[in-house]
Amino acid sequence: MQKIGVFVCHCGTNIAATVDVKKVVELVRYEPGVVYADDYMYMCSEAGQEKIIEAIKEYGLTGLVICSCSPRMHEKTFRACAEKAGLNPYMVEVANIREQCSWIHKDKEEATKKAVILARAAIAKVNLNTPLKEGESPVTKRALVIGGGIAGIQTALDIADAGYEVDIVEKEPSIGGRMSQFDKTFPTLDCASCILTPKMVEVNQHPNITLYTYSEVEKVSGYVGNFEVDIRKKARSVDADKCTGCGECSAKCPLGKIGNIPSEFDRGLRNRPAIYMPFAQAVPAVPVIDRENCTYFKTGKCGVCAKICPSKAVDYEQQDEIVTVKYGAIVVATGFDIINLDKFGEYAYNESPDVITSIELERLMNAAGPTGGHLERMSDHKQPKDIVFIQCVGSRCDSEEKGKPYCSKVCCMYTAKHAMLIKDHWPDTNITVFYIDVRTPGKNFDEFYRRAVEQYHVNYIKGQVGKVMPQPDGSLLVQAADLLDGKQIRMKADMVVLAAAIEPNPDVRKIATMLTASIDNNNFLTEAHAKLRPVESPTAGIFLSGMAQGPKDIPETVSQAGAAAVKVIGLLAKDHLKTNPCTAQCDTLLCNGCSTCANVCPYGAITYDDVQVMDHGLRETRRVAQVNLALCQGCGACTSACPSGAMDLQGFSNRQITTEVDAICR
Amino acid sequence: MGFTNVESQVELIKEISGSDPYKCMKCGKCTASCPSYDEMDIKPHQFASYIIRGDIDELLESKAAFKCLACFACIERCPRDVQPGRLVDAARQLQERQRGGDYMQPEEVPELLAEDLPQQLLVSAFRRYRR
Repeated sequence: MQKIGVFVCHCGTNIAATVDVKKVVELVRYEPGVVYADDYMYMCSEAGQEKIIEAIKEYGLTGLVICSCSPRMHEKTFRACAEKAGLNPYMVEVANIREQCSWIHKDKEEATKKAVILARAAIAKVNLNTPLKEGESPVTKRALVIGGGIAGIQTALDIADAGYEVDIVEKEPSIGGRMSQFDKTFPTLDCASCILTPKMVEVNQHPNITLYTYSEVEKVSGYVGNFEVDIRKKARSVDADKCTGCGECSAKCPLGKIGNIPSEFDRGLRNRPAIYMPFAQAVPAVPVIDRENCTYFKTGKCGVCAKICPSKAVDYEQQDEIVTVKYGAIVVATGFDIINLDKFGEYAYNESPDVITSIELERLMNAAGPTGGHLERMSDHKQPKDIVFIQCVGSRCDSEEKGKPYCSKVCCMYTAKHAMLIKDHWPDTNITVFYIDVRTPGKNFDEFYRRAVEQYHVNYIKGQVGKVMPQPDGSLLVQAADLLDGKQIRMKADMVVLAAAIEPNPDVRKIATMLTASIDNNNFLTEAHAKLRPVESPTAGIFLSGMAQGPKDIPETVSQAGAAAVKVIGLLAKDHLKTNPCTAQCDTLLCNGCSTCANVCPYGAITYDDVQVMDHGLRETRRVAQVNLALCQGCGACTSACPSGAMDLQGFSNRQITTEVDAICR
Repeated sequence: MGFTNVESQVELIKEISGSDPYKCMKCGKCTASCPSYDEMDIKPHQFASYIIRGDIDELLESKAAFKCLACFACIERCPRDVQPGRLVDAARQLQERQRGGDYMQPEEVPELLAEDLPQQLLVSAFRRYRR
């Protein structure tokens, strides 16, 4: 029989305002096994913990029930407290009477009743708890960063500088990501390439960093400290060791002129050859052959690039290669894209080449872009005189079919940037920005926006644009609302720029599934705690960096990338990790070898073995399940799936759970 | 005006329109889209705030409800799914009821409905043929 102490926390008024704490104490005092019950203002405080330790010693407690907040919040605290007093930490149960009781109920009587029930269930469970011991697992001192944009680059550099080995997997032929497409960056207007390229080169030359470009993560197994990842290195068709990056092949590829292959990097604003580097400063400076479009791969004829290559680096026979590498930690930095604008027919994006997205404008303003940095209309190559910017296209929408419910966060600032850059180059341009709200929280951000208004005389109008109508004379007629002046406006524009909502890179779903990392309704990766653990996934060993976690600008991305690196370094610095002792066990006498558990196990922790058993005097060979304790994460899927009751989870045994249910239903 | 119970009128508008004026974020896309803008005394984006404030008398005196072409542009383009056109139409229906001008008994209507016919199309048709 256990000797159980019950401690009920007030959590200030968080619990006590809705739950009659004293009454809970009185009602659970006579539950089977309870020898001590008390309440305290803040159980997690030092004084509260002292109270628990004293009670353990004075009453010889063998089990604890803490009625407080969610175990996700303070289970660790109370387990450590028990351990201090010499009690096995797994003899502690937390009854969540805050998040699951006081916070969600209004009626004090009802809430008190529920708190008592939750406490009773926990007491019933502790009666069956057994001391558990944590095991140890080694840590592979190497990290994987998925995504080679500014987020991935910064995380990798920080980890590598701390002395650990890092691999970056990037699916494009070059690292650099979205930032490499930008012209200038707000609010200081530094040139994006000027600040990014040195970092790209540093990544390439860092002795601790290995780059896998034109590569994708194919399979992930294992667990924190011991991941095993298959990386598919797609065939570049160019031998990276021989290639000098001279660019002759791209220059001579016949499809460069006649191929009509839109350049992904230039958002389709110009064409590229079939053998190409996305941009001049690509890292690595090794081209790839786009096999879907290459004439040689389609017809077997051509072969110009192989003939012309001075270092004989072109290799049409190259095959995809799969490498398997072990990692201790994985960082997801898969970044973002903008939404598809097909749903916004009213803005005529698909009708007129002069209606462009902001990211296309970045390319048009970039000196290395398709127009050499000269802003011109794609229809007639004339310089636009009147430009209209439309904010919040697909952001802040109510329903999924309209767009995204969130604010994309960066558009207000980059639109002010675009307006000022255009006015700087071509001061006689008229710029009108239609906005719903101008949101500029950030250091020197509002000053930046005000500069656009006060110094550059950019015309900001509060009101959304209703429709954009391409006119026979090649101009665009914009019909909009001016809500502050109470007018409907019709104005002509030469160019319309849409601030399209950003969304996580669509590949993140696939990657999150492989990593069992959770994502939210908008496909952004979820943090372990929105405030206190913002760069960690709830899945141990998985870390978050950049836009994959939520909309953010470059300064924020770089800060977050550094934060993720620190968490990774903290993990890799350990030689061993404590493993969760709450793992599954198979009772081989009950197991009938049906494979149900192996089929539901998300971690591949269950295998089968033939064992000899004596069944009523008969020697038999039986196929039974075996759990690899290093892989088991204690999710309990197998225990609920097992038809014969052979699978059981330590710390959450079938018997403990049914007893809890009994206590609730009593 | 004969109505004293503003709250019940507001509820009625919400019920008829099936839309939630509190979702409006004042972006003005409805007003920017409206082909009858110049003729409307209450502009499309204002309907939500009139209903939220409970300015029912103004809505009942408004001519705007009869200037609406029921083109559905505001309903289609509203990013917040407020569907201003439905609010406009609800205001119009209230005015009609006020006038006691229901020529048809409500229970007769369902028989006349085709399943895939938008309810508002029917209403706007009624409106036109009654002139």
